[in-house]
Amino acid sequence: MKQSLALYLRYVSIHIKSMMEYKLSFFMTAAGQFLVSFNVFLGMFFLFQRFSTVAGFTYSQVLLCFSIFLMEFSLAECVARGFDTFSVIVRKGEFDRIMVRPRGLIFQVLASRFELTRLGRMLQALVMFWYGVTRSGIHWNGLKVITVVFMLTGGTLMFCGLFLVGAALCFFTLEGLEVMNIFTDGAREFGKYPAGVYGKRILQFCTFIVPYGLVQHYPLLYLLDQKRGIVWVFVPLLACFFLLPCYGLWRLGVRRYQSAGS
Amino acid sequence: MKKYLSFFRLRFIMGLQYRAAAWAGVATQFVWGGLLIAMFRGFYVTEPENFPMTFQATVNYIWFQQAFLALFAAWMLESEIFESIRDGNIVYELCRPMRIYPLLFVRAMAMRISRAGLRCFPVLLFAACLPKPYGLSAPDGPAAFLLFPVSMVLGLLVTVAFGTLIYGVTFFTVSPDGLRLLVTSSMDFFNGAVIPLPFFPERIREVMEILPFAAMQNVPLRIYSGDLAGAEALRAVGLQCFWLLLLMVLGQTVMSGAEKKLTIQGG
Amino acid sequence: MIRMENICKSYRVAKRNAGFKEACRTLFRREYDIVRALDHVSFTIEDGEMIGYIGPNGAGKSSTIKILSGILTPDSGTCVVNGRTPWKDRQNHVRDIGVVFGQRTQLWWDVPVIDSYELLRDIYSIPPEVYHEHLEELTALLNLEELLKTPARQLSLGQRMRCEIAASLLHGPKILFLDEPTIGLDAVSKLAVREFILRQNREHGTTVILTTHDMQDIEALAHRIILIGKGRVLMDGSLDRLRGGGETIDETVAELYRSYDI
Repeated sequence: MKQSLALYLRYVSIHIKSMMEYKLSFFMTAAGQFLVSFNVFLGMFFLFQRFSTVAGFTYSQVLLCFSIFLMEFSLAECVARGFDTFSVIVRKGEFDRIMVRPRGLIFQVLASRFELTRLGRMLQALVMFWYGVTRSGIHWNGLKVITVVFMLTGGTLMFCGLFLVGAALCFFTLEGLEVMNIFTDGAREFGKYPAGVYGKRILQFCTFIVPYGLVQHYPLLYLLDQKRGIVWVFVPLLACFFLLPCYGLWRLGVRRYQSAGS
Repeated sequence: MKKYLSFFRLRFIMGLQYRAAAWAGVATQFVWGGLLIAMFRGFYVTEPENFPMTFQATVNYIWFQQAFLALFAAWMLESEIFESIRDGNIVYELCRPMRIYPLLFVRAMAMRISRAGLRCFPVLLFAACLPKPYGLSAPDGPAAFLLFPVSMVLGLLVTVAFGTLIYGVTFFTVSPDGLRLLVTSSMDFFNGAVIPLPFFPERIREVMEILPFAAMQNVPLRIYSGDLAGAEALRAVGLQCFWLLLLMVLGQTVMSGAEKKLTIQGG
Repeated sequence: MIRMENICKSYRVAKRNAGFKEACRTLFRREYDIVRALDHVSFTIEDGEMIGYIGPNGAGKSSTIKILSGILTPDSGTCVVNGRTPWKDRQNHVRDIGVVFGQRTQLWWDVPVIDSYELLRDIYSIPPEVYHEHLEELTALLNLEELLKTPARQLSLGQRMRCEIAASLLHGPKILFLDEPTIGLDAVSKLAVREFILRQNREHGTTVILTTHDMQDIEALAHRIILIGKGRVLMDGSLDRLRGGGETIDETVAELYRSYDI
């Protein structure tokens, strides 16, 4: 474990070294990343100039939800970018190279990419988070702080799981991957509002199929004192179980790759 | 003309070969549209009096936007072109018996039309089958029906002209990736891809509507359901023509500059 | 020792027909062809042998290499490399092999070559003293001194190939797979690469399996040739036996291909 971590850090240092070869491009991309999600924010900002609430949530409450969700997403993207761009890894034959190295496959894929440009997004999420925390009128206490930490943990792992699913799909098709955009980019886009805004059906989907709701809608209600009881603190952690089926699919995919070639 | 047509046909067949990609695209657009509508419904249900368009017009706007995403999406630029500009392979294009500006223009248009052509019909068909008011409705009278396709074509041309201008500017920058992200994301915001322009506050909207970005998808999609009608619609179409001409002249100029730069410096 | 017995492998390939109507039809229904890539392939390679594995494009060369390196699982048959079945015990197996894919690089593009090497040292957990010993030897033999501090993207093709080969030998593998190692190299680099491989084989007893279309490579390196066509081993023997008289090696092989109708 310790050795793996040291190896991972060596990978990261090489990534950073490579990135610094293209400093300008790095900053431009980070700025671009910032702008992309800033657009989403602006769209929301202007909608709330016109409307005062949506499904009972005020602007600052929605902003809090958005910022936490965006942080989860960008953390996952930063770390698990290798899965997110896995189609490139397969297409370029990099995966063959990974297979002839004496290390775990998931470890090597994770280490093969590291996307620091996502800092742009994270910075934005932090600013919004601060704004949301101060304006949303939440009475903070220890349990609520823990809830936020669990939201970040569960959400980041859930997104990693989604990226893993996308990567696993690359073993089956390199064409139909666009569907995964619904669950990753779509979540980033639409996850700014609590899942309940979209109606009952979609909330059910976001509870039982892909647990977006567990890391934003329900804990948010707890933070706003609309749900009571200590159970809600731990709800976001349930989202971690989502990793299990994702891992299963990945195993299946690797087996298929080994039997079908590229 | 014939060489353009055969080029176009090839791209279309290439698109068809990837059936999983085609179906995945349709599914994505459909779900995306559905979620957008669900979101706007959330606002509509809470405060219908503050809704700036009719709900049906918003729904139509969204379905057309999703169906014709490939025609109007700002980010749909060809990374191959960026790459060939960066590594200098673009000089081979200079050997062909065509000017580089029309070549890139047609290439971008073929890419957009072939992608959209493949995907728009299933999305529109599904959307038309949905119950009112979530489905696609008929156009708002014969005037809208006639003006809609004209404005569509103009909108596409303006989008392509803008994209080609970006290709041209790329010749002069060191970091095309960053530039592309910056330009396309602000474009998406100003052209009504994030939220339709009527949802912006009055003052801001008035400025945005004059900009070239409003001459892309904003005009046709709003003409269809009568959100833009009469003199207002005609004015918008006129503005589309104006921007198209200006962007084409500008693009042509930038591209000749780039050609000179290439032939002098040798890439 | 490598022993392959009755290895079979077939792929399912989607049919793609020409024409507009056909293209529309495949949108809904698709037909598949079964391609037999390997058809009861058997051979044995002793330690320290140098094998030229030749055959026309699509004959099954890369499938064989992929099976031997643990990337691909065959449909049937047995394969034992140094007492292990490659695809069943991947991580342990790949410690013993080195793979050079001539068309792809394993060096990090933007950082000095030495950084890539240090990463490899950690990936293979090579003990420091062994690493230094190997690196020194490879640097001296392949003339890498000047290159180690250069980013890979600034190297010429020949320089890069030398670095590439060194990268595959850092961990001291017993078996070396070389896929088109001299493709695109100038005459001087070609000779240098060949000489090095000969020496590596002579002094370390490394088993070398070479796939190439360059018959001069074969002539210079291989003691034994395995010819594969349409998934079958057509010929297995020494180069001299195959050659009747004074004709060049290219003519000999072309004649061979013609006589087997491949």
